[in-house]
Amino acid sequence: MSSELAHGTGEVAHEAAHTSAEYIKHHLQNLTYGQLSDGTWGIAHSAEEAKAMGFWALNLDTLIMSLLLGAVIMFMFRSVAKSVVTGVPSGLQNFCEWAIEFIDTSVRGSFSAKNALVAPLALTIFFWVFSMNLMDLIPIDWVPGLLGMMGVPFFKVVPSTDPNATFGMAIGVFLLVLYYSVKMKGFGGFMGELTLQPFGKWGMPVNFLLEGVNLIAKPISLALRLFGNMYAGEMIFILIALMGGAWAGFSMGGVTLFGSQILLSLGWAIFHILIVTLQAFIFMTLTVVYLDMAHQEHH
Amino acid sequence: MNINATLLAQLIMFVLFVWFCMKFVWTPIVAALDARKKQIADGLADAERAKHDLELASKRSAEILREAKEKAGEIVASGEKRASEIVEEAKGQAKVEGDRIIAGAKAEIDQEVFRAKEQLRTQVSAIALAGAGKILGREIDAKAHNDLLDKLVAEI
Repeated sequence: MSSELAHGTGEVAHEAAHTSAEYIKHHLQNLTYGQLSDGTWGIAHSAEEAKAMGFWALNLDTLIMSLLLGAVIMFMFRSVAKSVVTGVPSGLQNFCEWAIEFIDTSVRGSFSAKNALVAPLALTIFFWVFSMNLMDLIPIDWVPGLLGMMGVPFFKVVPSTDPNATFGMAIGVFLLVLYYSVKMKGFGGFMGELTLQPFGKWGMPVNFLLEGVNLIAKPISLALRLFGNMYAGEMIFILIALMGGAWAGFSMGGVTLFGSQILLSLGWAIFHILIVTLQAFIFMTLTVVYLDMAHQEHH
Repeated sequence: MNINATLLAQLIMFVLFVWFCMKFVWTPIVAALDARKKQIADGLADAERAKHDLELASKRSAEILREAKEKAGEIVASGEKRASEIVEEAKGQAKVEGDRIIAGAKAEIDQEVFRAKEQLRTQVSAIALAGAGKILGREIDAKAHNDLLDKLVAEI
């Protein structure tokens, strides 16, 4: 699709606009596997088909990319953990030790209770989310273009632009928050926390409403923040990529515009390195903070 | 962009990764880091102790050196004293010996003198006798004048 655009210098503006919309839509569509309208199971070839599959469908691109990235990260850390030496560390072990010290310091900074789960959880979240976000820096047409040649209709390379991935993690964190809230405060204590403040026992329904929203807001904000940032970033990459191709349709200085696309892409990619890291860090830190709140007794 | 079962799959994947990280990544690496921390702390403590020991040892060695010097001085002094004592003793012994030799020599000389005197005396008496005989011109009756001669000899 993009190559079509890049070479579409002879097309009229109307057609260019039409293909621009298609181009954007194409880039925002996951590779979905589910039950097709004719009753067979297979891959959806349009957004409508994917939508019609309902809940029981899988976004294969999200799953494959996140599994691959998570596996690479875990394999890297595991290979170090297996051959870890207490003497002078070298190479990859230096990096992993730095990573662990960094996570440990961050967790210690915002988590006051004792829990052996929180630090590894933070490590997993940070590096997994970071690597998923980092996929945003791969030029947007490379992987879908390559797979398109092999007959794969859609492929979103960045799993964190799929709300399924971010909500999956956020719900995992939310379940942990619920579990530790109940474990630390008891079921009664947790219910008390939800219903007895801030207005005392006579304001119970209001309290419950406020605290309920507060509680539900945690996973939703966690998931939507990451999703929103990465989705927006991806969108801007798509628009920048579109620029060169679309403008080439009615401008004689198409080469210059194409150059400016490259410059803008570069600038946005460099800026995006910050967003990629920051969003991973924010997701991790908020997870730790939410778990810390779950461990804390309110009075 | 639809919410679908991917969410559940992602949730399961997330749980598995966290479990794996906790069990097989975090624990061994943190254990190694702690072990290294302990090693370094031990090493530093050892170094500190060694430094302390070195200080003690150098203090002790200086003390031993000082004692040794003192002792050596004492030994030299006593040796000198003993040497002078021996010299004095030797001197005394030599003196005694010398005196003894001198005394022996003197006694011998006295004896010699006495003997010479005795000889001289007998010879003098013979000369006197011969002289007297010559003076008188005749033979003196030795028998008759023996007691007179003896008296004369004794006088000489």
